[in-house]
Formats: sequence, C-alpha cells, structure tokens
Amino acid sequence: MRKRFETKIAAEQSDREGNKFMKKKRKNYNIIIGGTIAAAMALFVLVGLFYTPYDPDAMNGSAKFAAPSLQHFFGCDQFGRDIFSRVLKGSGTTFLVAVSTVILGAGTGTVIGVLTGYIGGWFDEILMRINDVIVSFPSILLALVFISILSPGKYNVILALGIIFIPSFARLVRSEYIKNKNLDYVASARLMGVGKFRIMFVHILPNALPTLLASVAIGFNNAVLAEAGMSYLGIGVQPPDASLGRMLSESQTYLGNAPWCVIFPGLAVILMVLGVGLLSDGLQKRG
Amino acid sequence: MKYIIKKIGTLILTLFIISFLSFLAFQIIPGDAALSRLGTDATPEQVEALREEMGLNAPMLVRYGNWLKDFVSGDFGTSYSYNMPVSEMLAGKLPITLVLTALSFLLILAISIPLGLFTGSREGSRLDRATMMANQVLMSIPGFFLGILITAVLGLGMKLFIPGAYVSYREDFGGFLYYLIFPAIAIALPKCAMGVKMLRSSVIGQLHMDYVRTAYSKGNSQHRVMYHHILKNAMIPVLTFWALTISDIVANSIIIEQVFTIPGLGSMLIQSISNRDYPVVQAIIVMVAGLVVVINFLVDLLYTKIDPRVTIE
Amino acid sequence: MKRVQFVKTLLLVVGVTFALALGGCSGEKEDSQSSEEGNVSQKAGEPEEGGSIVVGIPQDIEDSLDPHAAVAAGTEEILFNIYEGLLKYDENGNLIDAVASAHTASDDGKTYTFTLRDGVKFHDGSTVTLDDVIYSIERSADVGVSTSAFLNVAEINKLDDKTIEVVLAEPDTEFLCYMTTAIIPASNEDPAKNAIGTGPYKFVSRSPQENIILEKNEEYWGEPAHLDQVTLKIVSDANAIVTNLKSGAIDMYCRLTTVQAAEVESVCDIYEGTMNLVQAMYLNNAVEPLNDVRVRQALAYAINEQEVLDLTSDGKGTIIGTSMIPAFEKYYLPELADAYPQDVEKAKELLAEAGYPDGFDLTITVPSNYQPHIDTAQVLVEQLKQAGVNAEIQLIEWDSWLSDVYSDRNYQATVVGVDASVLTPKALLERFNSAAGNNFVNYQNDEYDELFAKATSTTNDEEVTESYLELERLLSEDCANVYIQDMANLVALNKDFGGYEFYPIYVMDLSKLYKK
Repeated sequence: MRKRFETKIAAEQSDREGNKFMKKKRKNYNIIIGGTIAAAMALFVLVGLFYTPYDPDAMNGSAKFAAPSLQHFFGCDQFGRDIFSRVLKGSGTTFLVAVSTVILGAGTGTVIGVLTGYIGGWFDEILMRINDVIVSFPSILLALVFISILSPGKYNVILALGIIFIPSFARLVRSEYIKNKNLDYVASARLMGVGKFRIMFVHILPNALPTLLASVAIGFNNAVLAEAGMSYLGIGVQPPDASLGRMLSESQTYLGNAPWCVIFPGLAVILMVLGVGLLSDGLQKRG
Repeated sequence: MKYIIKKIGTLILTLFIISFLSFLAFQIIPGDAALSRLGTDATPEQVEALREEMGLNAPMLVRYGNWLKDFVSGDFGTSYSYNMPVSEMLAGKLPITLVLTALSFLLILAISIPLGLFTGSREGSRLDRATMMANQVLMSIPGFFLGILITAVLGLGMKLFIPGAYVSYREDFGGFLYYLIFPAIAIALPKCAMGVKMLRSSVIGQLHMDYVRTAYSKGNSQHRVMYHHILKNAMIPVLTFWALTISDIVANSIIIEQVFTIPGLGSMLIQSISNRDYPVVQAIIVMVAGLVVVINFLVDLLYTKIDPRVTIE
Repeated sequence: MKRVQFVKTLLLVVGVTFALALGGCSGEKEDSQSSEEGNVSQKAGEPEEGGSIVVGIPQDIEDSLDPHAAVAAGTEEILFNIYEGLLKYDENGNLIDAVASAHTASDDGKTYTFTLRDGVKFHDGSTVTLDDVIYSIERSADVGVSTSAFLNVAEINKLDDKTIEVVLAEPDTEFLCYMTTAIIPASNEDPAKNAIGTGPYKFVSRSPQENIILEKNEEYWGEPAHLDQVTLKIVSDANAIVTNLKSGAIDMYCRLTTVQAAEVESVCDIYEGTMNLVQAMYLNNAVEPLNDVRVRQALAYAINEQEVLDLTSDGKGTIIGTSMIPAFEKYYLPELADAYPQDVEKAKELLAEAGYPDGFDLTITVPSNYQPHIDTAQVLVEQLKQAGVNAEIQLIEWDSWLSDVYSDRNYQATVVGVDASVLTPKALLERFNSAAGNNFVNYQNDEYDELFAKATSTTNDEEVTESYLELERLLSEDCANVYIQDMANLVALNKDFGGYEFYPIYVMDLSKLYKK
C-alpha cells in the first residue's frame, strides 16, 4: 500500500516534470499554429485591401451559383459575384469592424479604468455602478437596443459594440491599478514629485499592459463573432457591402444547392477567430 | 450581514438604473407608434387622439413614473400591436426561454465539469491537447452558424428532430423538452469550450498546491482527491464565469431562437423591436436584465458561503 | 377616404405591397385572365377529405381580427377564409354571390338589392339574418377603414324577410365591390378577439407571434373545405423558411424567391403566378436632382430590367414600364416596357445636360423586411454605377419606411412594390394625382390631374379606358419612377398536398387545399 503511494507521488513528480517539458513544447505549438493562422489571415486581409481578382460587387448573370473552379476559386453567389473576392473584401470589413471596436472599447475603457482605479472614491463608485448596469445587459440585447436607436450600418455596429466593450476593459484596468497603486515604485514616484497623470499613464500603464493585451485579443474575437450575430439578425453591415457575417447569414438558404457560399466565409470567420485565440492563449501561457 | 445589505442596496439601485435607461432608450427611437398603428392615411386628428389615448403626450418623467409604478405592480402595459396586456403575452413565452436557458446551462455543466477535470488532471496528454484544440475551434464558430449546422446535420440530415416543428409545452412537455435539446446544444457548445478551459486551468493550479500532496499522502484515492478536494477549490474562480455565462446564454438564445423558430422571449423581442411595440420591448429588456442582475447577486451570496474571505474585501 | 393596406412583415417574404385606393370594380374581370399563368403541373393525386396542414406566414395578425378594422394585406389574406360578404371574389376575380344568393343593380347605379341565401350559418351556430347584414354594412361605415363608399349609403330597406335594398345618395357603379365587406353577427360584442364569420374555416385560437389555428366549418353553405384543420405558423425569420419547408415543419409558404424555391423543390411543388404589383424604384419627384425629368430618364436608361430579373429571379416576372399590371389586359400597354432600353451613353448625356456630368449620389431606401426588393436594389446600384450615379442602399424598418418615406416623403429613391387590392386600374393610377394624399413620389403634372378627373367623372367605358391609357403614357414620358416589373409569385406546397389556386387579389384560399 505504502509503496503504491510512493510510486504514485513519484509518478506525479515525474509527470509534473514531464509536464513542464511538454508544456514548453505545447506553448510553442499554440503560438506556432495560432501565429501562422493569424499571419495568414492578416496577409489575406492586407491583400484584400489592395487587390481582388474581381470587383467584389460586380454581378454576372451567367456565373450565378457557379461552383468553385480555376476562374472562381471559391465559386460564385446568387448574383454571380466572385466569392473569393468577396471573402477577401469581407474579411477586411470584418477585421476593420473588430479592430475599431476594440480600439474604441479598450481605449475608452482604459481611460475610465485608470481614472477610477487610481483616483477611486465617489467617482469610482458612480462609474462602477454604471459599469455594473451595462455589464448586466446581455451584449446582444444592448446591441439591439443601440441599433434600433442608431439605425443599422457598419459604423453604428462599431459604435454599439465599442460601447458595450468599454465596461469589461474598464473593470480590468481598474483592478490592475488598484493592485499597482500601493506598490513601492508608485509610492516612490509620488515622493519624487511626479505628477498624477504621469504616474497613471507613464508609470503604471506599462505594468497593466500584458493583462490588457490578452483581453484585447479576446475582445477582438468577441467583436468578430458579435458582428456575425448582428448581421444574422439583419442589423449589422448592410448590403451590398460584404462582411463575413453578412455573407454567412445570407447564404444559409443555399446550403443545400450551393454550399460553397457558406463554407468559405464560414472558414474565414473561424480561422480569423481561431488564429487570434490560439496566439493569445500561447502568449498568455508563456508570459 | 452588512455586506449582504450593501449588496441588496446595489441590486435595487442597479435595477432602477436599468429600468430608467431602457425606458429612456425607447424614447429616442425615431418613428411614431401611433402613426404606425393607424397607417399612413390616418388624419392628424386621429393620430393625435391615439397619441393622447396611449399616453404618449405626457412629459417624459411623468411617463417614466407611471410606467415604473405599473411595472412594479405587474402591469407591463398594453401591447401596441396586439392590444392585449403585455404580461399576458409574456406569460406564455417566459417558460420557453427559462427552460431553454436552464437546459443549456445544465448541458454546459454536464459537459464541462468532467471534461475540465479530466483534461486538467491529465495536462499535456494527447487527449488533453485534442480537447483543447476542439475547444478553440468551437469557440471560433459564430453561435447562429453552429445552430444552422445543427439543423442541417442533426435535423435535415440525420432526422433526429424536425427543424422548425417546435412543440408547445402546453401540448406535449416531453416533445417540448426534446425539441429544445438541439438549440440548447447550439448554445452550450461554445460555452462548454470556455468552461472546460477555465476549469482545466483552475484544476491545474490546484494540482500544484500543497494540500493536494497532503491529501494524497494521507491515503486518499486519486478519485477522492479529485472530487472532494480539488473540485471544490477549483470551482471558486469558475463560479463567476458560470454566472456570467447565464447572461450570455440568454443573449445567445435570442439568436438561436430565430434559427430554430422557437417562439420564446427572443423572437418576441426582435419582432417587437421592428414593430415598435415599446411596451413589450421594455418589459422584455427589463426582465432579462433583471434576471441577470439577480443571478449575479445570488452568485455573490453563494461566494460568501463558499469562500468567507470575500466579505472582508 | 382611401384605404391603405399595409403588409406588415418582419422578415423577407411578404411583398411590401400596399394596396391602395378602394376604387371600384371593373366589370371587365371576365376577360382579364388575371394571375393564373400557373404552372400547376403536378395536380395528380386524388383529393382526400380531412387531415391538417401547417401554413407558414411571415407575420402575425397584428392589426385586428375584426374584419372591418383590419388593414394589413397579410391579415386580409387570412381573414378571407373566415369571413364573407354578401358577395366575394372567385379565383378569376369575378364577384360571385356568397351570403347573398342573388343581387341586382339598377341602371342608374343608385339602387342595389340583395337576396339573403337560405340557411347560412355563423360559426357560432346562429343563422344569418337580415339584421346582421344591415348591422355589418352600417358598422363598415363606422369603424371601417374605407368608409367613404359606405357613407354614400342613403338608406337600407328591408323589402321582405329575405331581401334588402341599398339606396345610394350618389351613383356609384363600383359599389358592388364594397359588398365584399364581411357579414358578422350583430350579437358579437368583441369581433377583434372573437372572430365569428360565415367562411369555410372558423377561427379556433391564436398565440401571439406563434400561430393561428383554424378549423373546418362543417356547416358551410357552399363547397366545404377539404382539410379539417389549418395551423398558420408564423415564421418570422426568412432564413428559417427553407429549413422549415424541407423538414416538413411547414407544408406551404407563399411568395418565395426563386432561390428558396429551388432549394425546396425536392419536397414541395412550386406553383408559379404573379404578384400583381408594380415593383419600381420610386423616385421623389420633388427633390434635387430628381425633380429634373432628364435625371429621372437618365436613371431609367441606366438600368436593365431584364438583368434585374435574370439576377434576382432567374428571369421570372414581367417587365413593365408604367404603373399598371399586365393582369388588367384592357388597360395595359405592353410597349411602355421598352420605353427606356438600357443605354448608358444616353444616360450620361442626359445627366450632363441636366448639369451632372459627373453623376451624383443617390440614396435608395429599402424596407429591410423584403429580400426581393433588397436584391433588386443591389442590382440597381451596380447598374447605376456604370452611368456614374453613385447609389447607396439604406435599409430601414418597415415602420420607419412608413413614416419617413411614405408619410413624410423624406427620401430620394425607394424600391418597393405597389399593388391594387381591389380589382380596378383606378387603384393604381389615383395616387399620382398631385393632390392625392398617398402621392408619396410627389408626382405633379396638371395634365395628369385633369385627365384623371375626366376619367373618373364619366361613365362611358371607352372614354374611361382611353383616359387611363393616356395617364399611363404620361407616367412613362415623365418617367415618374423607374419601373421594373410585376414580380413572379412562387408558392411552395408540400407534395402531400394539392389544390393551391392563385387569386388576382391578395388572398390565400385555404378551403381549396387538400391532402393527396
């Protein structure tokens, strides 16, 4: 009996050691796969900004629902538009929406988080209450309300999602600041007479950055998925603009007869989210 | 105790702000409910009369006051579109959404707890890595798309259920539950992925704690250590995640109800938004948001039970 | 007062058609062979009595079950099965006797008599009496949306216990059309909740935004319905339509797109008819630069209707060139469809002449609930691009469309379909009177106003016809709108069922459906 335990603990230990080794290997794995996918998608988006084989909006009656071929890598949709070109352009639109959303949400959220976290007091109390309220609304619900006020469209989606994302970033940055503000380096900076804002943004911010970056990646992915969901409900990017979510929701009717209309935009969304997700996962574990 | 009172205060304040904001939001929306109800050939007098009748002409704060007073007493107003009490309309829908939410939540627990423990305890194994990869992919699929795939594969392909043939719980509760399993899967899968991931890293964190080794050295079996000691401790950080999940489930159900043609709160919300049926929209939003706030509140309380350190902060 | 029927839909499928202007009936219905271009090929299979069907509908009955207060076309197409008037339309658009067994009209168009059919029973079991008839006609004048024709009624006299006489103050040769107004029991206190009529189906129950259940009226006076039960299921998400049809969750759906129809062909028969509506890019004739006829003509030259049809509906539909549908054969001018063939150079020339050599920006507002119009708009944007017009689509909710575009006329261009719920060409042309309350395109032409007044003041059939044709030519010359097509109406019916018939008005006759 005793022996079994010893071996067990030993096994555990060796396992753990092994784990450490394996972990290192897997860490790279996440980064490598994620990095490759993310880089490929970034390249794809970049290319789409400058070049598409066809005009993504040009319609061609004779190519209606054309299957993938050498002329049209991804086939054509119900208007005979080249899906490859549309996925190129749509990835760009989706990317733009997601990045703008994150910039808006993380930017504003950071400022709010910094101020509430560092200053605290009633200011903190009020803003955090409002924060709590926003967080308590399911995000799609909020987006629906926003969009019904603002009317649908690309920029309103960014605005709505951006605002919805503020509280989570604010909360995160705030907790980092609360953690940091009583640390020695801040106290000594204060003693040396460094200004409040300088401490907030020059001294503490770099220390909060790693945590922030990880959630920026999550935010990006959430924005991509949210854009898709909103497009499905018809309140996202408007036609004839191509966005991955819009293409996906438009083409589900043809799932049976022209599955390529669904597969390629679907793959693009999944790869975009997957790449960034894996990458941030890998980086987080290493850091 | 003081902590709980403070929390209750916050809860009430939050609910109040929610009600005001959602009321306010629907005052800004362009369009005229009276006009859309009458059609465009109505005379201005008719529109004016209806506006007066619907109470649309009173000052905003007065309208808010009236609305809140009625709301608290269970009178959610009268639907513009249906001319029937909103409470009556929602009464039939609420159970659908609640059951769908509960079902999704149970699925999440049922899948992510064992998988989380399993992958966590076998960190680095091939199975672990495969699960983690599958997780990442699942998290990358838009919810509605997963729903479409499920209707196409499980419904039209394997004929496990008839997509669109929703069964009312009043007629056949079993059939109702069975139909809801499929949308619940669509809602649960991406969340399961996240749940597994959280629990796994929490378990891994616990495995390295001294108490685990102590427990082993005291002669506890691995099974017992896992389920008795680690699970409880690993759960604490994951609890918050699950509480947040409920809000996500409700949000996702709005979309998934559309995919599966389920006449729940979500479908009603979306219909009502486009009909400008404000009383219904407001009632649903306040109810859903209220639900989420109350759940968060309960989780907070639960926290203090599980981890007494919380109250000190 | 005109009658506006709104189709309130949430998502893609029912036509954004609003049937305007209860004009009157044309007596010509016999020769205008209406909408049945039907390719009703697979009618085989013996009708079987009994059974039930689930019919998908895009929106709930949101206005009222009260037949006199209902305004939405989507509501009326259902109420058609529950209620009947003294007269009703048959599938060819002819008025036939329903609750009445016979009717006569005096030559001066002022006196009408109706004989009550024997033994017609309401769904609650009571027998229809003349008092119910009088009550219903009077009620139509009180609560009805189209009151003017009923306000013209000077007296209603009981000639005997089976016959009434309706005397009008002013002659109205189209009065019989209004006698399709539903006959309801005088004893029903709340018709909005309690739908009691005489039709082949009776109302059983409804669940908001879920379904409406109808049941066969066993005591129907005419040919009874084949099916025992009809569930009208609200499928608000257009994306779910195909899945629902394929899975068998619904057995029937009207007004599909060609793409949707192609997807469900394996399980459904597709019936093809026309929607009898005028789809066009309606232009706000009062705003810059569309107030310039050259600009409007340039837009018309810039677009290619055939390409629109090819891209959006596999070429199905009929190209039209003015506000008249081909179903009104006698009043229809097919040559106007070719008035503006696609000619990009000419479009550019006209734009240059009008002072827009580099084109201009155009916002096309489209209601977000109707995919075919959105599809059409997308094609138009591409075509306009070639002529240098930089068009942009703005999708708005149907309600916002009603208030912003239709009421406030605050828009540049919009793609919708306009139809006539009542079978009269007048219904389609009346709105372009400069003074018409529903002239949402702000069309203004004194010649048109005069001609229209002339057409409606005379009772000489030839003169009327000639005037209507001239009005259509004016609309085409002035290029009031960029006319596109009368859209194809595709109905999917599960192969287990048969019996779908098209009507030239916006109704869905459930009583003819049967299980094979």
